Amino acid sequence: MPEYSTIIGLEVHVQLATASKLFCRCSTQFGAEPNTQTCPVCIGMPGSLPVMNREAFRLALKTAVALNCEIPAFTKWDRKQYYYPDLPKNYQISQYDLPMSQHGHLDINDSKGLFESKRVRIRRAHLEEDAGKSLHDEVAGKADSLIDLNRTGTPLLEIVTEPDLRSPMEAKTFLTELRLLLTYIGVSDCNMQEGSLRVDANVNLHISAPQGNVATPIVEIKNMNSFRVVERALDYEAQRQWREWQETHQQLDEVPKQTRGWDDAAGVTRAQRSKEESSDYRYFPDPDLVPVTVGHSEVEQLRESLGELPAALRERLVTDRGLSAYDADVLVNQGRPVVDYFLDVTRRTGDAKAAANWVTQDVLRLLKDQNAGIDQFPVAAAALADLIQKIKNGEVPSPRAREVFQAMVERRLDASAAMNAVGISAVDETELIALCEQLLEANPRTIADVRSGKTQAIGALIGKAKKINPNVDPTRVREICLELIAKR
Amino acid sequence: MSISRQDIEKVALLARLQLNESELQMMTGQLAQIVAYVDLLAEVDTEGVEPMAHAVEVANVFEDDVVRPSLPREAALANAPHHDERGYLVPAVLGE
Amino acid sequence: MPVLQQTATELLRSLESRAVSSAELTKAYLDRIQSLDGRVGAFLRVNSDQALERAVEIDARRAQGKSIGRLAGLPVAVKDIFCAQGEVTTCASRMLENFRAPYDATVIARLREADAVLIGRTNMDEFAMGGATENSAFQFTRNPWDLERTPGGSSGGSAAAVAAGMAPLAIGTDTGGSIRQPAGLCGVVGMKPTYGRVSRYGVVAYASSLDQVGPFGQSVEDVALLLEILSGHDPLDSTCLEVSVPSYSKTVNEPLRGLRIGWVREHFAAGLDSEVEAAIRAVLEVYKSLGATIHQISLPHSKYAVATYYLIAASEASSNLARYDGVHYGYRTDETQMLTELAAERKQLERAGDRGGLERLDAPLVRMYRRSRAEGFGPEVKRRIILGTYALSAGYYDAYYLKALKVRRLIRQDFDRAFEKVDLIAGPITAAPANRIGEMADDVLATYLLDLYTVSANLAGIPGLCLPCGRSTSVLPIGLQLQAPALQEEKLLRGAQMYEQATDWHLARPPLVA
Repeated sequence: MPEYSTIIGLEVHVQLATASKLFCRCSTQFGAEPNTQTCPVCIGMPGSLPVMNREAFRLALKTAVALNCEIPAFTKWDRKQYYYPDLPKNYQISQYDLPMSQHGHLDINDSKGLFESKRVRIRRAHLEEDAGKSLHDEVAGKADSLIDLNRTGTPLLEIVTEPDLRSPMEAKTFLTELRLLLTYIGVSDCNMQEGSLRVDANVNLHISAPQGNVATPIVEIKNMNSFRVVERALDYEAQRQWREWQETHQQLDEVPKQTRGWDDAAGVTRAQRSKEESSDYRYFPDPDLVPVTVGHSEVEQLRESLGELPAALRERLVTDRGLSAYDADVLVNQGRPVVDYFLDVTRRTGDAKAAANWVTQDVLRLLKDQNAGIDQFPVAAAALADLIQKIKNGEVPSPRAREVFQAMVERRLDASAAMNAVGISAVDETELIALCEQLLEANPRTIADVRSGKTQAIGALIGKAKKINPNVDPTRVREICLELIAKR
Repeated sequence: MSISRQDIEKVALLARLQLNESELQMMTGQLAQIVAYVDLLAEVDTEGVEPMAHAVEVANVFEDDVVRPSLPREAALANAPHHDERGYLVPAVLGE
Repeated sequence: MPVLQQTATELLRSLESRAVSSAELTKAYLDRIQSLDGRVGAFLRVNSDQALERAVEIDARRAQGKSIGRLAGLPVAVKDIFCAQGEVTTCASRMLENFRAPYDATVIARLREADAVLIGRTNMDEFAMGGATENSAFQFTRNPWDLERTPGGSSGGSAAAVAAGMAPLAIGTDTGGSIRQPAGLCGVVGMKPTYGRVSRYGVVAYASSLDQVGPFGQSVEDVALLLEILSGHDPLDSTCLEVSVPSYSKTVNEPLRGLRIGWVREHFAAGLDSEVEAAIRAVLEVYKSLGATIHQISLPHSKYAVATYYLIAASEASSNLARYDGVHYGYRTDETQMLTELAAERKQLERAGDRGGLERLDAPLVRMYRRSRAEGFGPEVKRRIILGTYALSAGYYDAYYLKALKVRRLIRQDFDRAFEKVDLIAGPITAAPANRIGEMADDVLATYLLDLYTVSANLAGIPGLCLPCGRSTSVLPIGLQLQAPALQEEKLLRGAQMYEQATDWHLARPPLVA
């Protein structure tokens, strides 16, 4: 093991789930033909002016509250200036010195105990407008890039963590937990393929050297398009910095901050060219937009509207429902609808353990196979609860329960119909007693064995009963026979 | 503060202006003169004074999140000096 | 009285009573433009056919008794800074020579709703940067009172058009005096309302926290009417105030009782032309005779106003004008030439073995930006972009831009204190009457210093109005500036009307017209 620790901070851009853009009312719908969702404002035409989207601000505030941020009473808009063709005004409306939220935190832990649970501090979260897209058609060998401004002006929340993460796995866990939180509170769809969630990472190493701890230069990593890739890229980059340190012994502040892009095919990070002047963004307050003031009561109202957040929900499933930390984690990480499904099954059966087993094993496996959501799952919570009840009261013999469930899923049947379909008919209690009487009558030796203390002798009767009627519940046959022997 | 030719060259790149030799010289002289004049503000005591970025200080102006029609693409691109009817064309942005 | 000598208010009465039709009136103005504008150069483009069509249509609606707007059939000239759907808006810049906005500015929409006849686009300083309309990329505008002199600026075309009787009303923008100052130099009435009173949506931005739209007319009454039509909340401009608009045109004729007029000690310092000073002192006497009380006040930070203004305006302008880069609209350099130029530079650097030079050589996209902007903008625009970029750049922000924002507040507080003692402030609009064309060409700083009386109102956001109050021995108009607290346009107009009613400077017409 090399003698260093990896220091990671993340910058996450989240697209907020609004219908219209941050400063104009063009649609934010993904996937439209290039330049069909633009107007004078988002094209930055002369004379156009931005007007703030109320819902975007509300969603941003909601997120900040969920991330335990302080919400300052006053926030404002600044222009961040740099030239790029997908940024038509050549400045981005963002927030600089007075962001809408700061100093929050998000706790992460690993239910398998792979790292200690920890609190990751959020430095700030601020709103800004997105840029458009530059498409360069290299295949066609064209010299020009095509600019599509559909995405220009889409509301983004930039969430910046403190450098509190100590391994690529922690970084991945943080991102997973953040995405879960954002989807729980419904502020973003967090779809990385469509760019609604983007991650950049700042990483360096703290190395214990003879002269004491030293830090390597901070590198910003871009172009990571999944959480898995974030983990790989950070793994690679930590090793690369370690090798570089051994060669150069360059420390933090001895070289300018570097930006490297992840090359997924090659599995390496590569230095990106950056010009010295490009870092002078000349931020200043946007005179076209007025500040926003946020009152205490507004923040409290939002806090109340959040609903139960993932961490609290896990806690409740463990303490109130008696689930294992692992099961609670599995359920909660699937998102609120799966948890609601589980809770519904539990409410109807009064058996959280059985419900958790069925949901975490059978239901989730099928959902994964079909790549579907719980809302598309053919077995409603009530139907699953019915099946569990029928197992408990012996109508469905335990060994055949999966068979019944399979029929419910594949043939869209309720529990009773599925039982009929697989040939289980509920055996009438009187009929069952009569059958037991008949068997005891025919097997006096078994009665004698039981009376002499060999209760396992009943097993032979159970086998015989199942031959006569395959639907009988073995447990029940045993119970009835013992009762009848006692009465004789 | 005094202004050098290098200052003007740097600022001209930041502002994406190309200045020829005589413009650079003229601009350096004129800017030096203007900056020397605005240095007058240094004598004003602004301790504890809040900066005033807006002429009229109001807050919380919002619009509801309701989509309005966008421009037809033809109209959006109509003023573009170079486009291919789908998007704006610029010299390759790669390698910048 | 021939139509062209009537004020807008009088013309509207004539139109209503059908003493004259809009078509006749529009034709008369178009003829006047035809005969005079070759010498004045107030208009960049005249919408002869469209204006006449529109006039005929409004006449027909009037004849049919259909509902018509408050300016129905009256020609209005428009500074070439307002976007109008499908029409060219150049801002007097090569950069926007062919730009056709796909939308209407809010004030253009309001003028259309009022059934005004938009007669043409007036000349201006490029992107409203200047005080003499000499910075137009296309033409000079001459002062109708003396064709060798400038009309002031930046809304010089609108002021000259009204002064020469080529339009009864006009609109302009005022960022540091660009309505009030040309009104004063051309002997007409011009007004900058409170910041936020009129929507800026669709007005090509110069300095967003200072820009404000306002009216020009031949009388205070005309200006009151046009302001009433332009004003009011606009959801498309976040800085446009949601406050009700008084009926300026109704109340303008009600004199103010117990009016307290302030004059500013600092306004009467060295550099003020003696004729201008005498004219302003005479104004105070007129007010006294009308029952007003006169008070000396002080605006102690006024000597810092020009420096503060140029830092803030240039900083905002450097950002607002960043969008003109030849990508989405506007002028773009010849790319073939650009690539040839780059290739030649590269070859030269390679030959010289200049590694650093090669490293610094612009990428094609960067060079495209730089050449497009170098070719599309004129020298004054470039100067302000450079100044503003400098004032916002790392290491200078605190000393320049931020410092200016703080002094701006002190200037605002000076006004707040002054308006505790007085209702209106009266003073000069410029230190001297109009300059000769080209007179100031070599001294940039001196031209900036000419704005000393006008920029404070923009920094403070308060309304200001300029109306004629005298004439120099060289027969040039002298302007009186009146200023009022924020949102007190009504008081400002009534106070101005009292003076206008008591004097006849506003009745004088330039020799060119007479």
